[in-house]
Amino acid sequence: MKYDTRIFKLLKNEEIADGIFDWTVENAELAAMAKCGQFVNIKVPTRTLRRPISICDADEKTLRLVFQVKGEGTKIMSEMQEGSDVEILAPLGNGFKIEKGKRYCFVGGGIGVPPLLFSAKQADNPMVITGFRNKDLVILQDDFKKVSDKVFLATDDGSAGIHGFVTDVLKDRLGEIDEVCACGPIPMLKAVADVCKGKVNCQVSLEERMGCGIGACLVCACKTKTEHGEAMTHVCKNGPVYNAEEVFYE
Amino acid sequence: MSDLSVKICGVNFNNPLIAASGTFGFGREFSEFYPLEKIGGISCKGITLKERFGNLPPRIAETEGGILNAVGLQNPGVDHFIEYDLPWLKEQNTVIIANIAGNTVEDYCAMAEKLSDTDIDFVELNISCPNVKSGGVQFGTSCESVGNITAEVKKYCKKPLMVKLSPNVTDIAEIAKSAEFNGADVISMINTLTGMRIDINSKRPIIRNNTGGMSGPAVFPVAVRMVWQVYNAVNIPIIGMGGISKWQDAVEMLMAGASALQIGTVLFNDPYAPVKINDGLEKFMEDNKISSISQLTGSVIPWE
Repeated sequence: MKYDTRIFKLLKNEEIADGIFDWTVENAELAAMAKCGQFVNIKVPTRTLRRPISICDADEKTLRLVFQVKGEGTKIMSEMQEGSDVEILAPLGNGFKIEKGKRYCFVGGGIGVPPLLFSAKQADNPMVITGFRNKDLVILQDDFKKVSDKVFLATDDGSAGIHGFVTDVLKDRLGEIDEVCACGPIPMLKAVADVCKGKVNCQVSLEERMGCGIGACLVCACKTKTEHGEAMTHVCKNGPVYNAEEVFYE
Repeated sequence: MSDLSVKICGVNFNNPLIAASGTFGFGREFSEFYPLEKIGGISCKGITLKERFGNLPPRIAETEGGILNAVGLQNPGVDHFIEYDLPWLKEQNTVIIANIAGNTVEDYCAMAEKLSDTDIDFVELNISCPNVKSGGVQFGTSCESVGNITAEVKKYCKKPLMVKLSPNVTDIAEIAKSAEFNGADVISMINTLTGMRIDINSKRPIIRNNTGGMSGPAVFPVAVRMVWQVYNAVNIPIIGMGGISKWQDAVEMLMAGASALQIGTVLFNDPYAPVKINDGLEKFMEDNKISSISQLTGSVIPWE
């Protein structure tokens, strides 16, 4: 059986930045299957839809999930007590492909940053460039510094790190890398893809409103270029990670 | 011993729970959770004569007790379904319902004719999709148009014909009677209720199609009422759906007049819902010494 849902124990629920929560959940059976760049679909009490959240980190027994409170579902999640049971469908989707011997740069923006931590851990001596609106939203810098000695931070208002965008840093560093893995808002992904085009390969991880999470209901559509021409593929099953050249950025 | 199986138009269902069209694809994804013989049948994703891309995203929004969706009938087309999906489905030991949608009456007839020579068990006429620009629900909202399309498709359809009704009408019982009079073998109901959500920060509708079809627990009482009204108006079997999310809902919908059930939105919350609902239904029947589903159908005792 490829898909399954299990009860996880919520071991940790901590607010690590303004409105951003850091969960550790335990279920050895499913956690051990997680690959970098995949996501989970979390059952939230009283809500009809599950909430898809990227996997920030994983070990043999636990998953780390970092999410931002955006609406009612994530609000309920943020208030869940440590020690409580959470039903999670995991792991889902196709993550980042990390090959040995390549020099990777992980580029993230805002709440798109978390899945890059587990991914950066799979690469040899990775470079990490993350960007946030301001210093209050900066997350995971210490974690990235444990896996990389080339960690760059940018904020839109200059209140932490470099005053500017992740692409400002990336442009100057293209000569040092072979491939980029990016996750963040669509305008950022488009800008990163433009910088990489014709120079280095780029993988992007997308987000879309989801239903089933497994590719049956077809709601999380993404317009992509395939070998058969343009097609509507689905972020949950065909993604969330795509080659940057495949995606139409709307 | 209680028997969950039901027989409709001579077709035997292992149990009364059928996956509703559009929530279950062509079954492959959910077969990773459990063997598909655990569910009574699959109403496949709505298919059209030619491949359709569907609407731009977002295609889904959550509501209190439900969801809105506007997928716009994305599907690979009827020929692809017959060639690639049906042979696999046929091996799953479950009833196969082909849900068809079109822009014109001729589209529906052409698909019904093609599907008549295949291994499907039923054709479900989707004349109630609220999310496409032409066709879909426009065929399903007046007695004349429902009667006309049912009669036309019936000429080409050698399989039992199920007509799926829209709740977005003034008098659903009259529409059901028109479908029955013009040759429908089964009624399935209800499709989604047209709804809308707006993001108050961007002033944009959450769904790219602006409006979408509402489903989920919030529509359940509307569905029960409509099934009951139609049960009292027609003599053909009804497959009831609309917000069923637990076994108690299944019992209630059967009591309202359904002979079998479809479930959809609950699958997004709990992919194992069909298995759990069947277990609860079986226990209820055993506890109440009910031997067959048909004893529940229409067993509501309305107040005088």
